[in-house]
Amino acid sequence: MSLKSISYEDLSSNFDEVEAGLSNREALEEANRCLYCYDAPCIQACPTGIDIPTFIKKIASGNLKGSAKTIMSANPVGASCSRVCPTEELCEGACVLNHATKPIMIGNLQRYATDWAMKNEQLLFTAGEKLGKSVAIVGGGPAGLSAARELALLGYDVTIFEAEEKAGGLNTYGIVSFRLPKAVSYWEVEQVKSLDVEIRTNTRVGQDISVKEIVDCYDAVLLAIGMAHVPSLGIPGEELAGVYDAIEFVKETKTKPITDTLLGKKVAVIGAGNTAIDAATCSVRLGAENVKILYRRTLEEMTAYDFEYEFAKQDGVEFRWLTAPTKLIGEKDKVVGIECMKMELGEPGEDGRRRPIPVEGSEFTLEVDAVIKAIGQSRYLDLIEAFEISHDGGVVTIDSETFQTTNAKIFACGDVIFGKGQGEAMVVSAAQQGKQSAYSIHQLLVPTMETV
Amino acid sequence: MADLSINLAGIKSPNPFWLASAPPTNSGYQVQRAFEAGWGGAVWKTLGEPIINTSSRFAAISFNGQRVAGFNNIELITDRPLEVNLKEIYETKKRFPNHAIIASLMVEPQQEKWHEIVKKVEDVGVDGLELNFGCPHGMAERGMGAASGQVPALVEKQTYWVKEMAQTPVIVKLTPNITDITATAEAAVQGGADAISMINTINSLAGVDIHSWNTIPHVAGKGAHGGYCGPAVKPIALHMVGECARNPRINIPISGIGGVSNWENAIEFMLMGATGVQVCTAAMHHGFRIVEDMIEGLNNYLDEKGIASVNDLVGKAVHKYSDWGDLDLNYKVVARINNDVCINCNKCHIACEDTSHQCIDMLKDGEGNPILRVREEDCVGCNLCSIVCPVDGAIDMVELPNEFPPMTWNERQAAIGALACAVDTVK
Ligand SMILES: Cc1cc2nc3c(=O)[nH]c(=O)nc-3n(C[C@H](O)[C@H](O)[C@H](O)COP(=O)(O)OP(=O)(O)OC[C@H]3O[C@@H](n4cnc5c(N)ncnc54)[C@H](O)[C@@H]3O)c2cc1C
Ligand SMILES: Cc1cc2nc3c(=O)[nH]c(=O)nc-3n(C[C@H](O)[C@H](O)[C@H](O)COP(=O)(O)O)c2cc1C
Ligand code: SF4
Repeated sequence: MSLKSISYEDLSSNFDEVEAGLSNREALEEANRCLYCYDAPCIQACPTGIDIPTFIKKIASGNLKGSAKTIMSANPVGASCSRVCPTEELCEGACVLNHATKPIMIGNLQRYATDWAMKNEQLLFTAGEKLGKSVAIVGGGPAGLSAARELALLGYDVTIFEAEEKAGGLNTYGIVSFRLPKAVSYWEVEQVKSLDVEIRTNTRVGQDISVKEIVDCYDAVLLAIGMAHVPSLGIPGEELAGVYDAIEFVKETKTKPITDTLLGKKVAVIGAGNTAIDAATCSVRLGAENVKILYRRTLEEMTAYDFEYEFAKQDGVEFRWLTAPTKLIGEKDKVVGIECMKMELGEPGEDGRRRPIPVEGSEFTLEVDAVIKAIGQSRYLDLIEAFEISHDGGVVTIDSETFQTTNAKIFACGDVIFGKGQGEAMVVSAAQQGKQSAYSIHQLLVPTMETV
Repeated sequence: MADLSINLAGIKSPNPFWLASAPPTNSGYQVQRAFEAGWGGAVWKTLGEPIINTSSRFAAISFNGQRVAGFNNIELITDRPLEVNLKEIYETKKRFPNHAIIASLMVEPQQEKWHEIVKKVEDVGVDGLELNFGCPHGMAERGMGAASGQVPALVEKQTYWVKEMAQTPVIVKLTPNITDITATAEAAVQGGADAISMINTINSLAGVDIHSWNTIPHVAGKGAHGGYCGPAVKPIALHMVGECARNPRINIPISGIGGVSNWENAIEFMLMGATGVQVCTAAMHHGFRIVEDMIEGLNNYLDEKGIASVNDLVGKAVHKYSDWGDLDLNYKVVARINNDVCINCNKCHIACEDTSHQCIDMLKDGEGNPILRVREEDCVGCNLCSIVCPVDGAIDMVELPNEFPPMTWNERQAAIGALACAVDTVK
């Protein structure tokens, strides 16, 4: 990855997409390097099962529209995925050329084809013949959009209820612009909209429209609300100014003009997942002088992907392992320090990861100007309860085959079912679950029809 | 969605992509798989008196690491009993009534042999016949294939015999192993052919192993010439299709064959006069699945150009293909190097310096950076530099305005002739 250096004069330029797309020639050469394997392992490794050799062959033959269509038909958010998927662990990790030379740059080729479609304003699909059945989708993130696309192709009247001003979920608001520009997410939303899908933005279910109305007025409901804000750390000082929720923090950089609030400042990010990395690299790009990630376990247990870790290191982010905050110290209601404790790893816990145990007397204090909390996301408990479906601490209970909840007409997929050992919080898995939920809904509503 | 269906001399198929008579169409199982994958038609592996094929048959040319730039084979016609093939043709046609199945035939040059086989294959429901006058090896030594196909009189006579019997359209498949393919194409027309197809494979020897000194391929240490096909032969095939298409005496449809590997190649053949194309090597390299991109790519191309039917492409470039004597001698292009795009590999310089007209200078710009510049007054517009240039857009061949009106060689000779005449009369 070639990173350009951070600008302190023009902070907003730091938020331009980091990685340049492939040039025509690079794409052609790389596409021709692909072996076009039969029954290729990369297809198996893609959670959405994109026919990778075919889309690459189509780049080589100059059929870019067909290439984009092959990608997007398997994955309605395939343009975003080309940028944010951990490809080393998925398709590229499975490429047979890992054993011969070096793997094909599948993600970059996927981006090349979808960029072409975006630039040439292609509409790739047309809605299916109407079946006269309606489905309400709560949440317009990757999971909801993906389900909506499949249902629209099958001929359903689909309405997406989206709390925010724009659909796209975390692709629009959560993943930093220098990895995933908003325009990419908007294009995917447009592709879905063009199939006659109604997207009612600024409509928070449970607030702007009742749960009862949704459940009563539609033939089926899909809950794809994702997860909520970052939970509290449970230590003193969280209310101080300068303490941020990572998701909100990133969202600001995607929705508001870039400010110089962090210019030259010291930032501590707490947690070591995707969100922590994004918050940390965002801070670097906002001009922070020093950015530290504090994590109570080690590199081994960290949930961020290798590529994210590498990316953060290249951005100069410092990692402090086995470090847990115990107290935020304020001066005049503003955070100025963070008291921490060293940890050591004990026996593995329920999730298989070794549990951190505080080392007595190891307290120390770090000077900070800002603290960003990135210790995961909480759940929309009230809303889930309002739907009267079973859940385990906000992780909605589903039939793992059908994504059906304990209410037969309500299905759930995406981050809302992630956790407690179930699934993975990835855009690509949300997309796949969206497709599968759509097929299950189809099975429920039109059982005589062939499944896809 | 454009209309991709074609009608080649009465043989209809849902798209212009057929499999050529070769290993991919060896059996019912294969042809049915091909139709499932989307191929519009298939010319069955050539039927005739069953023969024995050798073990070790194929070889290919890799070019700079790209596999199968060219493909070579010493395989003969089908080695399966005729009855088995006939049964499978019948079953396949029944399962796929809307796809084209053409029987490729090769028998000894005797009237009754041709009559006999034509009757048999038509009885099982083929949509057309293709006479294999092209196989360049093995069968030719027995007086069939290219041995017949190189003699216009034999082409005409055998075509005529087939036409005496045939109820379905007859395609004559021509060999490229001949100086002027229009001679045999015309003979086919004279014999009553409904269409011609070209090209079969080109005589070749794929290589010699520099360690064992064996030919490639070899059969127990001995080799024989084979037939060459695949991407490398496309320019030769395209030329032959073009020559036949622009010849007014060859006024029957053409099925284009030779190196077709993707939808763009197919469009080229159709623009140059082919009604449809046949494919062998590309399918052998990648499997039947390649047809999906061929169909989709062709359709997207037609949609983008606003062309309703693939048939509207046929022959559209033929009028642009002419004789050297009709080219405008006063037309001039020169190379222009875009230094902002150029990566300074100097390949164009050395190509021009050593092997063309010494007109690309290696200079320094104001800041002392190396730049390349064409002396346009010395450039003959040969295209070599732009051919060797590895970067898209670094060298443009630009048209220069010309103070002289267009003048072809033929026009020039005519003018000189007229002048000579005028001088004569004065004298
Ligand atoms: C900072 C960050 C970085 C990430 N980086 C990556 C990455 O690099 N690669 C990767 O694969 N994954 C990454 N992820 C994870 C990925 O974004 C999620 O797994 C994915 O977005 C889940 O999709 P979803 O549709 O289930 O939920 P979401 O994307 O959260 O979408 C849920 C939608 O529901 C809406 N909603 C919520 N409540 C209501 C309501 N009551 N009424 C109406 N609408 C409602 C929300 O506004 C939102 O639009 C990252 C996540 C974060 C937070
Ligand atoms: C292995 C092999 C066997 C072939 N056998 C036949 C044959 O039996 N009859 C025939 O008409 N052509 C035969 N051909 C020629 C092909 O039909 C076709 O004309 C030629 O390969 C050019 O097309 P391509 O460049 O797409 O391969 C054969 C070609 C190959 C490679
Ligand atoms: S392709 Fe390989 S395995 Fe198949 S017949 Fe030929 S040599 Fe044998």
